[in-house]
Amino acid sequence: MAGLYKKALIILTAFLVSACTGGSWNNPYPDGDASQSILYSAFSERPKHLDPVRAYSSNEYSFIAQIYEPLLQYHFLDRPYRLEPLAAARMPQVYYLNAAGERIAEQAEPGEIAYSDYWIDIKPGMRYQPHPALARDEQGEFSYHSLTSQQIDAANVLTDFPVTGTREVTAADFYHQIKRLAFPRLNSPIAGVMGDYIVGFSEFGKRVAEQYKTQQQEGAESSYFDLRQHEMEGVEVIDRYRLRIRLKGKYPQFLYWLAMPFFSPMPWEADAFYSQPGLEKRNISLNWYPLGSGPYMLEENNPNLRMILAENPNFHGESYPTTGEPDDERRGLLQSSGEPLPLIKRAIYSLEKESIPYWSKFLQGYYDTSGISSDSFDQAIQFSSQGEIGLTDEMAQKGITLHTAVTTSIFYFGFNMLDSTVGGSTESSRLLRQAISIALDFEEYISIFSNGRGVAAQGPLPPGIFGSRSGAEGVNGYVYDPGDGSQPQRKPIEAAKALMRQAGYPDGRDLKTNKPLILYYDTTATGPDGKARLNWMRKQFAKLGVQLVIRSSDYNRFQDKMREGTGQMYMWGWNADYPDPENFLFLLYGPNGKVEHAGENSSNYRNEEFDRLFVQMKNMENSDERLAIIDRMLEILRHDAPWAWGYFPKAYSLSHAWYGNVKPNLMANNTLKYKSIDPQLRETQRELWNPPVVWPLGLVAAVLLVTVVPAIRMYRQRERSAAR
Amino acid sequence: MMAYIIRRILYAIPILLGVNILTFMLFFVVNSPDDMARMNLGMKRVTPEAVENWKQERGYHLPLLYNSGREGAASITETIFFQKSVKLFKFDFGSSDNGRDIGYDISQRMWPSLAIAIPVLLVGLLVNITYALLIAFFRATYIDFWSVVLCVVMMSISGLFYIIGGQYLVSKLLHLVPISGYDTGLEAIKFLVLPTIIGVIGGIGSGTRWYRTLFLEEINKEYVRTARAKGLSETLVLFRHVLRNALIPILTGVVVVLPLLFMGSLITESFFGIPGLGSYTIDAINSQDFAIVRSMVFLGSVLYILGLILTDISYTVVDPRVRLT
Repeated sequence: MAGLYKKALIILTAFLVSACTGGSWNNPYPDGDASQSILYSAFSERPKHLDPVRAYSSNEYSFIAQIYEPLLQYHFLDRPYRLEPLAAARMPQVYYLNAAGERIAEQAEPGEIAYSDYWIDIKPGMRYQPHPALARDEQGEFSYHSLTSQQIDAANVLTDFPVTGTREVTAADFYHQIKRLAFPRLNSPIAGVMGDYIVGFSEFGKRVAEQYKTQQQEGAESSYFDLRQHEMEGVEVIDRYRLRIRLKGKYPQFLYWLAMPFFSPMPWEADAFYSQPGLEKRNISLNWYPLGSGPYMLEENNPNLRMILAENPNFHGESYPTTGEPDDERRGLLQSSGEPLPLIKRAIYSLEKESIPYWSKFLQGYYDTSGISSDSFDQAIQFSSQGEIGLTDEMAQKGITLHTAVTTSIFYFGFNMLDSTVGGSTESSRLLRQAISIALDFEEYISIFSNGRGVAAQGPLPPGIFGSRSGAEGVNGYVYDPGDGSQPQRKPIEAAKALMRQAGYPDGRDLKTNKPLILYYDTTATGPDGKARLNWMRKQFAKLGVQLVIRSSDYNRFQDKMREGTGQMYMWGWNADYPDPENFLFLLYGPNGKVEHAGENSSNYRNEEFDRLFVQMKNMENSDERLAIIDRMLEILRHDAPWAWGYFPKAYSLSHAWYGNVKPNLMANNTLKYKSIDPQLRETQRELWNPPVVWPLGLVAAVLLVTVVPAIRMYRQRERSAAR
Repeated sequence: MMAYIIRRILYAIPILLGVNILTFMLFFVVNSPDDMARMNLGMKRVTPEAVENWKQERGYHLPLLYNSGREGAASITETIFFQKSVKLFKFDFGSSDNGRDIGYDISQRMWPSLAIAIPVLLVGLLVNITYALLIAFFRATYIDFWSVVLCVVMMSISGLFYIIGGQYLVSKLLHLVPISGYDTGLEAIKFLVLPTIIGVIGGIGSGTRWYRTLFLEEINKEYVRTARAKGLSETLVLFRHVLRNALIPILTGVVVVLPLLFMGSLITESFFGIPGLGSYTIDAINSQDFAIVRSMVFLGSVLYILGLILTDISYTVVDPRVRLT
């Protein structure tokens, strides 16, 4: 037994010694990485799709936006957000055509425009990352396009195919990707939208779906379907570097879509390689191993542990912007002007599911940036006596910087307009909705549940989006008193009660039935935090004398209720695809109604004038005329109150002093290439902040010793007594 | 004994079938195939056609348990339940709903789970047995009393507290080991120290109390009195006689959990960022990936049954009086 103890001690010591060699003992990274230009960050949820045809969520974009290069991108520093060419050599030239296919003037009325042609030149000389799908042997044949079953069985990861190759990105690769968007088998989330605009897109989808089905029924061994053999009417490859996309009518927002990874080049070789039978079963697919031409490539994809982006050796090169907002120079955001990108050579993202370890590692210097969870808010943020937000002394002493920005998102409180009580266009229901809008004190909600990180909404358009007005002009006069415009005051609850009386619900009693008014709120909120929110919600309605019944369900059932229109009131959110008012106002456009058209208009709101104005506004360039239309649309919405508007969340993030070129850009996802790291400063700070504290170990040993001594004495006494 | 084992394996088949049906029913009461499709396709701009395509590709377009549109055996075989369950009995777990090979993922993720579970089990056994023997030795003294009090206190504390407290004390305040993370090879050691220590400490209360009870039960038996009467020292009595006989329930208790070590710990893996099978299961539940949930429940059931069979066998090994017929 004594031997066993000894062995255990030796093993434990070996553990500790091996864990504690060199550098800070709690450093989770190899010591050799300390001096390198590596970004350390984390992710909490595994990205589901890395194929740009499918990826759509922010956790997917944080990776693929660094790997794939769409045609356009948002300027890193300029505000308001401005598009600039990325894979495109210049901004697309747009020509408008009439129904006869003849070019017409740019200023032509939208009604005259039957088609829009987007002529796009791409940059020559862009090359794909090294990848086995592009590898060729000495005879020029693809090395891995005809894999044997033995080769496939021996492969578990992409690097099991050691030979890699590359080739130049051509216009045909963008065409190929557009075909992939239309191919129903790939389930692109934007296939529906693009089908409405790109000429021949939907027809192409139907045609290839049929032919793919036939191919499979005929017993094709592989799932490979050669999209090159099929043409889409609205897209034409003019030459190696030029592409033309024809849209139905006028759709200026199409440029924003061109800045999303959906419109990245995809070589046909990728499909040919990954479609080989057995590879997908071996987890080798485009969803797992991207093939891009951007500044980074996915060096390691182990989303259960970490994902590593490394510089793409074939990247064509790009420079840090030389211009920005007036204040950017003072803030040091132009110090890297003209430097070749990417500035950081490697980025390691570790899986961190819990917020506590993430926050602790950020404070220890092992993550370069962090968000602020509710748990750590008080530790990070303090409010001055004037109510200004700032960092706590602890954060400031560490040289941490706070970045804030109002997001292009909205959390809204919606009424189901199909409901017989709160819905419809009757005066009574409208006044009831307005009264509820006043009673729901979202300033209080933001303060209690979001630590003040939000701005109460005056309408559906977040600040910074064209059409969103600041000052008195932007105030929702049905819910707020404008005051001096800088800080609109929510109308007193008496105003809401007066509206209730007009609506036929004095003191919350229904005059028709002479019973208390009971309303229903559908939610997915659960747990202690959810309970607090629901209690708050009940309290808001109680101000009007209305009884609120909470109908909690899981998210699946909640979605069912929304789809079937059986909910009465609910809260939901929207995150913008692009910074255009159309992307918010379409959430209330009648033909987007969720029940009737399975669209995104969850309130099923319909107003003829609003719908007509929406159609008129959506295809317009930003102008005074467009602004006037939006003003009218907002007035209609505020009057009808299909939403109680809710709030726009504010994003708070922190970064360490060694992390440079940080400027929140809520539209661009490909900003990693601009960021910089000072590894020397990081290492110095890490060592300063993480000295191993060993004396408590000695204390524990001493306490054990003190406890053990009397025990040993007693043991000896007992042994002696037993021997007698 | 072979006949006994074969009989137990045959008994296992209806049990596994029952577990499979129960899992299936519980899962699909909460999630419909449409929900699964929407969860997989994302929240924005999901069209009914895309949902239908997704279901069609993965075989979720079929009826759940009975296909009234078919006749004969096809009315049973052409259902989601049959199509998804039969292969499990061949240990072919198939692909997850997002296309990953489940068998491969399990084979990759069981090692991190084992890397924590085995040291926690072995070191925990060592510590708990040692401590329990010590308490038994000092029974009816202040050491016994305060140790029992300590054990009860330790048992009463939530496992989550040990994890968060351990991370705070050892990693955040003392800076001795990384707070979370994992790596392969020898690099993994520094990440395993803290979860192992926490796992061991968290188990001391209940483990020691249980072993103390076993030892005290043995100590009062006649053969112990005989040993003492022969003049053996208390140490020898404890280690040579009491420990050996108390090992029977200890060993069988350990054997039953051995196969389940593969399944990992849900909370520990989540807090320490360890990519084991515990977090694999939790992720699958959160993402409504029925293929993984079904496979993990099936695997858990198989391992549990295996553990019970091994326990029975281990009885015959440690106690020659036991015969399996």
